[in-house]
Amino acid sequence: MIEIRQLSKRYGDTLAVDDLSFDVVPGKVTGFLGPNGAGKSTTMRAVVGLDRPTHGSVRVNGHRYADSRAPLREIGALLEARAVHPGRSAYSHLLFLARSNGIPRRRVAEVLEQVGLDSVARRRAGKFSLGMGQRLGIAAALLGDPPTMIFDEPVNGLDPEGIIWVRTLLRSYAAQGRAVLVSSHLMAEMALTADRLVVIGRGRLIADTTVEEFVRRASGGQVLVRSGDQSRLRSGLVAAGARVTEEPDGTLLVEGLESPQVGKVAAELQVVLHELTPQQASLEQAFMELTADSVDYHAHAGTGSGSPSAGEPIGALR
Amino acid sequence: MTATTGPAPAPAAALPPAGRPGLLAQSRRNLAAEWTKLVSVRSTVASLLATAVVCIGFGMLTSWARTARWDHAGRLERLNFQPATTSISGVFLAQLVIGSLGVLAMSAEYTTGTIRATLSATPQRLVMYLTKIGVFAVVSFVVSLVSVTAAFLLGQAMLSRKHIETTLSAPGVLQNVVGAALFLVAVSLLGLGLAALFRHTAGAISTVFGLMLVLTILANFLPADWRADIAKYLPLNAGMVIWQQHPEPGLLGPWTGLGVLFGYALIALVAGAVVLVRRDA
Repeated sequence: MIEIRQLSKRYGDTLAVDDLSFDVVPGKVTGFLGPNGAGKSTTMRAVVGLDRPTHGSVRVNGHRYADSRAPLREIGALLEARAVHPGRSAYSHLLFLARSNGIPRRRVAEVLEQVGLDSVARRRAGKFSLGMGQRLGIAAALLGDPPTMIFDEPVNGLDPEGIIWVRTLLRSYAAQGRAVLVSSHLMAEMALTADRLVVIGRGRLIADTTVEEFVRRASGGQVLVRSGDQSRLRSGLVAAGARVTEEPDGTLLVEGLESPQVGKVAAELQVVLHELTPQQASLEQAFMELTADSVDYHAHAGTGSGSPSAGEPIGALR
Repeated sequence: MTATTGPAPAPAAALPPAGRPGLLAQSRRNLAAEWTKLVSVRSTVASLLATAVVCIGFGMLTSWARTARWDHAGRLERLNFQPATTSISGVFLAQLVIGSLGVLAMSAEYTTGTIRATLSATPQRLVMYLTKIGVFAVVSFVVSLVSVTAAFLLGQAMLSRKHIETTLSAPGVLQNVVGAALFLVAVSLLGLGLAALFRHTAGAISTVFGLMLVLTILANFLPADWRADIAKYLPLNAGMVIWQQHPEPGLLGPWTGLGVLFGYALIALVAGAVVLVRRDA
């Protein structure tokens, strides 16, 4: 369980995290999304006490991380691919971590086998591929068998097989009742892995919701419709208050009415419907729409002029 | 590498309950962790060996040279000859090797990113820092003492060909040998502290070199009366008195001088601690 409250982190002139609050609850995979520079890594570093918050607090399992004397038993963290001395073997890296937290030596061999690095455990980590380095970082996070886990971009550098492995791993840990926070740029990956989504942009919370809710809210309820008499239907829909645009292939894209209402208008006009399809935005599209105003590269556009979605958290818990 | 795509990861086979270790237990665990870190990297082990090789090698070289030229030495040279100091003169070079190792023991945490793993496992930064200093100081002292003693014994063996050797039981010689080892410990801790302060290998190493060597040279350019007041407090001048059999006049006493050198190391270590605790890792 991680509780983040009004967290702010300032580096010089840059406000990397701005009044961020959310929970990472047991039994669920919480996906942590945001464009580059949105503050995901900073938030995760603050969770494990590497960065001191400018304001606000983070509690792990009910207390401050810095108060824990064996924190690897409470939270496992994969922060960056490389937090390993290139001249040290994977085994020695995990061994020093284990010793510092009173974890028995046999557990090192256990996690090495679990991540598939047992055959290269004695090799210098500097010789590892990106994917192997990532697996070593995951092994370090699993070392203390902690009830809470955070992973910053865990599938970076992994092959498809490795990606499936990480997804399975995260889901099964959540199924065991652990709290799992995972950040990623890969929206499609999040749709398959996460139960909940926390979306941030420019350090601020944009959404704290479920995956389905996120897509539903972001897609804005568009309906595609084809019928025997498009022009009559069109005027009928406009009269009912909808905004209608015609697609190149002649179908009508209706905004402002849900599909049952569109069907009702058609029935009243006695127009035969050929197709009536509610449009679901993909997670990718939803994400792009929501964060369009908070991408760092657009920072020159000024502050406070974003779309409403950038300002109001969607489905925020509080 | 075999990929494990199998479904459920096995939960850890019954780790002992985590509990909350006391500060003492935590320190003991960290001593073990810091020891593992120090000996599991080839470059640290190599640097420790290099310290011994340089210390012994140069001691033997100067001892051999003195022996070879002894018959040509003048009366004054013979009178001022320091057999113990000659055999351990490799300390001058060894200080740079072990000083650099002190830097690396800390700066490598930052340059390799290991500090993030280290502090995630031990958020009590001072506990980590103090145990690191403790482990490193002990290792540094043992390696230094063995190197200096070996250099002394091998050097005396060479000098004995001209019957100009001395022994550990001769007055002051044991102090020279142990003092030289402590001198090396002080320089290595100075390096460690500077590395914690700068978080940068090159910056810390060049500062060690600057403090230990360049300052002493620069002092030669001061007016004579200033120089007399200032030079004796410089790190090298203060620290090396203890392993000189006939130190130059006007320097500090052997233990006072060594204390001053440890004082410099302590200042660097404390400054490093402040930065470690206050700055984001």
